[in-house]
Amino acid sequence: MAEGMVRVPISEQEPLVRAKNFDEVCLGYTEEEAVLEAARCLNCKKPRCVEGCPVSINIPGFITALKEQNFKGAYDVISQSSALPAVCGRVCPQETQCEALCIKGIKGDAVSIGKLERYVADRAREEGVKPTVDAAPNGHKVAIVGSGPAGLTCAGDLARLGYDVTIFEALHEAGGVLTYGIPEFRLPKDKVVAAEVENVKSMGVKIETNVVIGKSVTIDELMEEEGFEAVFVGSGAGLPMFMKIPGENAKGVFSANEYLTRNNLMKAFRDDSDTPIFRPKKVAVVGGGNVAMDAARTALRLGAEVTIVYRRSEAELPARVEEVHHAKEEGIKFELLTNPVEILETEDHCVRGMKCVRMELGEPDASGRRRPVVIEGSEFELETDAVIMSLGTSPNPLIASTTKGLDTNKWKCIVADEANGQTSKEGVFAGGDAVTGAATVILAMGAGKAAAKGIDEYIKSKG
Amino acid sequence: MYLIKKKRVLCPTIFLMDIVAPRVAKYCEPGQFIIVRIDELGERIPLTICDYNREEGTVTIVVQVIGASTTKMMAMEEGEYLHDFVGPLGCPSELVTDDIEETKKKKILFVAGGLGTAPVYPQVKWLHEHGIDADVIVGAKTKDLVILEDEMKAVSGNLYITTDDGSYGRHGMVTKVIDDLVAEGKTYDLCVSIGPMIMMKFCCLTTQKHNIPTIVSMNPIMVDGTGMCGACRLTVGDEVKFACIDGPEFDGHKVNFDEAMERMKLYRTEEGRAMLKLKEGDTHHGGCGFCGGDK
Repeated sequence: MAEGMVRVPISEQEPLVRAKNFDEVCLGYTEEEAVLEAARCLNCKKPRCVEGCPVSINIPGFITALKEQNFKGAYDVISQSSALPAVCGRVCPQETQCEALCIKGIKGDAVSIGKLERYVADRAREEGVKPTVDAAPNGHKVAIVGSGPAGLTCAGDLARLGYDVTIFEALHEAGGVLTYGIPEFRLPKDKVVAAEVENVKSMGVKIETNVVIGKSVTIDELMEEEGFEAVFVGSGAGLPMFMKIPGENAKGVFSANEYLTRNNLMKAFRDDSDTPIFRPKKVAVVGGGNVAMDAARTALRLGAEVTIVYRRSEAELPARVEEVHHAKEEGIKFELLTNPVEILETEDHCVRGMKCVRMELGEPDASGRRRPVVIEGSEFELETDAVIMSLGTSPNPLIASTTKGLDTNKWKCIVADEANGQTSKEGVFAGGDAVTGAATVILAMGAGKAAAKGIDEYIKSKG
Repeated sequence: MYLIKKKRVLCPTIFLMDIVAPRVAKYCEPGQFIIVRIDELGERIPLTICDYNREEGTVTIVVQVIGASTTKMMAMEEGEYLHDFVGPLGCPSELVTDDIEETKKKKILFVAGGLGTAPVYPQVKWLHEHGIDADVIVGAKTKDLVILEDEMKAVSGNLYITTDDGSYGRHGMVTKVIDDLVAEGKTYDLCVSIGPMIMMKFCCLTTQKHNIPTIVSMNPIMVDGTGMCGACRLTVGDEVKFACIDGPEFDGHKVNFDEAMERMKLYRTEEGRAMLKLKEGDTHHGGCGFCGGDK
């Protein structure tokens, strides 16, 4: 391939080394590598990459600054649009967003936009560069429910406009899925997540942890008694789904949420944590999304032999290609076109295996993917000591059920206008998984951003 | 951080604390629970609310020392702070939400076992404040483990105390007292039973025999307490329920106690290990029955 067509490769921990630790897999670019990769950007007049970015970062703008080794300038450009660049540089599916539209990608490799974003954000953190707020405080109070990617983004954008913002978080630690869900080896908690949360706080945003909206206080009370003029609900998609097959309550069956929360939020992988985690020899993870990959790679690092069981074929795996690739490199086995029908128990009700059937792909279903159909007589037993169900989540009904006039759809998702987050209740906006059902960090951030604009317009319209 | 305003040792292994938590105190109701975390690396411990003072913004919890975390908590004193205190979680007791006039027509029996006396207390107190005096059975292994007797006496109708070893009150299990009361001619329209799972199971078998509808409060393994982890799932009738959002109170005659008790055992070994690590540090060399000899 011609020069400039191939992206600068990125260093990673060796698969067999990283399979035994929780340190970050991807080591990131060095300064030299980042500048070299930045030089590949054509600085297009009509940058298609920006259209692919849910938070519309001025991508050629920050890459141009990076080319010139103006690292602070590059950070300032990104932080105008994103409160969480070190997070996005790590967990965004760039290959289907900004990078998918990069002109360089037509004949060669797209510019490595995500890795460059990560470099800029990491460097800013190391050098103590913080986001700046120019607007003077305007005295208007806004409440944000949930400190995940949607809430942090909405809060950051509103703080930038001068609003007095308070985030209410149900757990003891801010970050939402960035803290409880995505593992350390993909997204370091202290170094990256806590630092970006601190950046949002440095813009004047207050975070009150241990407040469950709908239980500790309701949205109506926040608005009527505590003086909040608008509320953004970014409470995420909470409730784990199970398969409703026999044996699912045996000892050793967990939701991915539980398993990952124990490990990530509660730090069960560390010797000094008081929270226990089940550490069996063999683990089966059911599901094929990013969360399934995270659960599988966590179990591997805790010492298990891990098999992913997914009912469709490799092409349909919803996880990012990079995650599947990393999982395979680390030695995780895949049982594709396979579906569990029963969890088998020992006499004392511990998991001993799973009865599974083989599947084949039939006609496309409503989602456009080919529907998996059971192959008659294909039943077999898969030996395992634990099963982690990673089948997705549904929204927590707590907020909708305790807020007067807040409409939900048939999937219990809050109904909100995509353009500005407006819900059926005046002054209440929503976005992220609470509206869409389980999706990605960056889509939640995009919704948080749209809602911040919607809230600003709403409050201004009231005069 | 949440101030420990008051601490009282009720017996060698059970203590009471008043915690300053205004948001929880403002909204909590009998039947709900909170989750507490002692320090930065502490586990999330669910505890049923024992009492609350809305004016002072305090919530009372009663804790039994059963593992490493609760041992650490018992060592904490007034004036110190708990790292986290979140709630109120779960649904209030149906007694609080039901039509009070209907409740007034009912004869209600509470059956408390051991630490279960603490969550029974606010319900009996709430009824008392609404003009209803319920009968209460309090069971404990032995005299020293009977807690909150004076408090309970002040708000209950008849209070029956029983100990397994006969060292105080009646002699025998709570189920025997239920049988005895029924034999004495007492009738009840509703029973609320809170205590160890094994006690609630047998209490339900007994009330089933006497056709007394029974509510139990389940305390399974939990992580977040807001519906996110699914660790607390139980089989109730033919449905799977999450104790943290659907409960913690359920129809005791429908709960699958055997499954719930099995699920409680999952981390017992890990908890035993953590306890030993705390107590014995590096001096432990196995043989405890918990650790398999590998500490």
